[in-house]
Amino acid sequence: MTIRSILIANRGEIAVRIIRAAKALGIRTVQVHSAADADMLAVKLADEAVDIGPPAAAKSYLNVEKIIEAAKAAGVDAIHPGYGFLSENAEFARAVVDAGMIFIGPSADAISLLGDKVAARSVAAKAGVPTVPGSDGRVDDIALARAIIEETGFPAMIKAAAGGGGRGIRIVDTMEDFERQFPQAAAEAKAAFGDGGLYIEKVITKARHVEVQVLGDGENAVHCFERECSLQRRRQKVWEEAPSCRLPDDIRKALCESAVALVKSVGYKGAGTVEYLYDEDVGEFYFIEVNTRIQVEHPVTEMVTGIDLVQEMIRVAGGERLSVTQGDIALSGHAIECRINAEDSAKGFMPAPGTVTKLVEPEGAGIRFDTFLYEGYTVPPFYDSLLGKLIVHAENREDCLKKLKTALSGLKIEGLVTTIPLHLALCRDDAVAKGAFHTRFLEPWLETHFNPQTSSPAKVYEEASS
Amino acid sequence: MSKLEIKSPLPGTFYRKPSPDAASFKEDGAAVTEKETIGLIEVMKSFHEISAGVAGANITFLVDDAEPVIAGQVLAEVEA
Repeated sequence: MTIRSILIANRGEIAVRIIRAAKALGIRTVQVHSAADADMLAVKLADEAVDIGPPAAAKSYLNVEKIIEAAKAAGVDAIHPGYGFLSENAEFARAVVDAGMIFIGPSADAISLLGDKVAARSVAAKAGVPTVPGSDGRVDDIALARAIIEETGFPAMIKAAAGGGGRGIRIVDTMEDFERQFPQAAAEAKAAFGDGGLYIEKVITKARHVEVQVLGDGENAVHCFERECSLQRRRQKVWEEAPSCRLPDDIRKALCESAVALVKSVGYKGAGTVEYLYDEDVGEFYFIEVNTRIQVEHPVTEMVTGIDLVQEMIRVAGGERLSVTQGDIALSGHAIECRINAEDSAKGFMPAPGTVTKLVEPEGAGIRFDTFLYEGYTVPPFYDSLLGKLIVHAENREDCLKKLKTALSGLKIEGLVTTIPLHLALCRDDAVAKGAFHTRFLEPWLETHFNPQTSSPAKVYEEASS
Repeated sequence: MSKLEIKSPLPGTFYRKPSPDAASFKEDGAAVTEKETIGLIEVMKSFHEISAGVAGANITFLVDDAEPVIAGQVLAEVEA
């Protein structure tokens, strides 16, 4: 079946991105929105728009019934879930199919299999993908857990099988610590997630976050090389690159091939990302998880491979074979993406929604700004703080950083506070220039190398978010 | 006796309880001190405690739990 119309079950910049891809394919677009999003850019660009409820995401963008109802009423062939919200919700994927439409993503079964951390780990192991040393699945018995931890060593993590997004994790440094924390962790997981199942993983202290973009059509699968996303704050990515500049070629090859083997083993259909930790000191990589959706940072891959990942997702969902073979996909140059958030870095990164009074986007070859902003638009406070993504592509990383500096200086968003100053500071940093960072680099760097005043008017404790 | 207003410093969603199953920070009619928390504002997925900022008796909430608010909106009034 060919897809002639799609409903976009998302908002913000990714909704705009999906509409642009659909328009390029000549597909009719229907945009759902909450009452707080009636004037967002995706609503203006789409052929049709449907109000699906109040501002709270639980009553709009997470409301499966309302979205299916809107899709049926609009008579669309397919639904694109974007990222976050319902994108990795197997029940939603199933409901879309049950209602006679196409879910643009993998099957509900693949989503639930790969979404379960313990199950995904064993899929990876079976496909020959190295996993972080630890328990082979759940450990309910403390004696067995003790034996495993003696093998892996400290520090180690006790993780809730039903956890995720950084929740349900305890780090233990000694056996004594472990003996005390294990029963507590089980009780806590039972209370928090309704499932007391635990597993154990070694802590890789200085790791890079490297992830492989994959595409599958249900039979064949290819990779589009890797992204490096080690610059994170509170487990949220801040800056992403493609390729990972310090990855040796033989490791890149093994890493990318392992991701393809993993998704092929489950007959994966759509775009996906296989995430790894890479331990530079020992040259080993370890599987962490699979994200069964398009990712925020997908544009860096598009810049270095020339593949339109969102268009490819739509075509594959419509029943076409992949338009590229592995041999067609080559790396060209280097790309960096900066996430521009509505946050005040001088006030502990406090979210700062507001009205855009002036917007000047940098232009030029190899510069792309994915956003949903326009002059006069008021960014609502109900959703996440991502305003846009500045992506820059050049022949090599050094030129890319130079071009990024110029592009960041040319990007003017007036009327609200943004994280542009943080990115400019990162551009000027020597360690960043050398690519010498890991997942725990940015937070201490913010303390020692970044200079905002620290006077948050309110105590901030962030929700574990997607 | 005059009424003092407690305004929201931020736009977002106002919560009267620390979590859905918990009791309210302050019941209607209670007395508050300046430093006491009267609710949370969720803005862009992060939560901020809102302290009364004023001391007074017989607090009256003008915004329900889990309701959207704009910056500067009066959340509650107290008698001082």
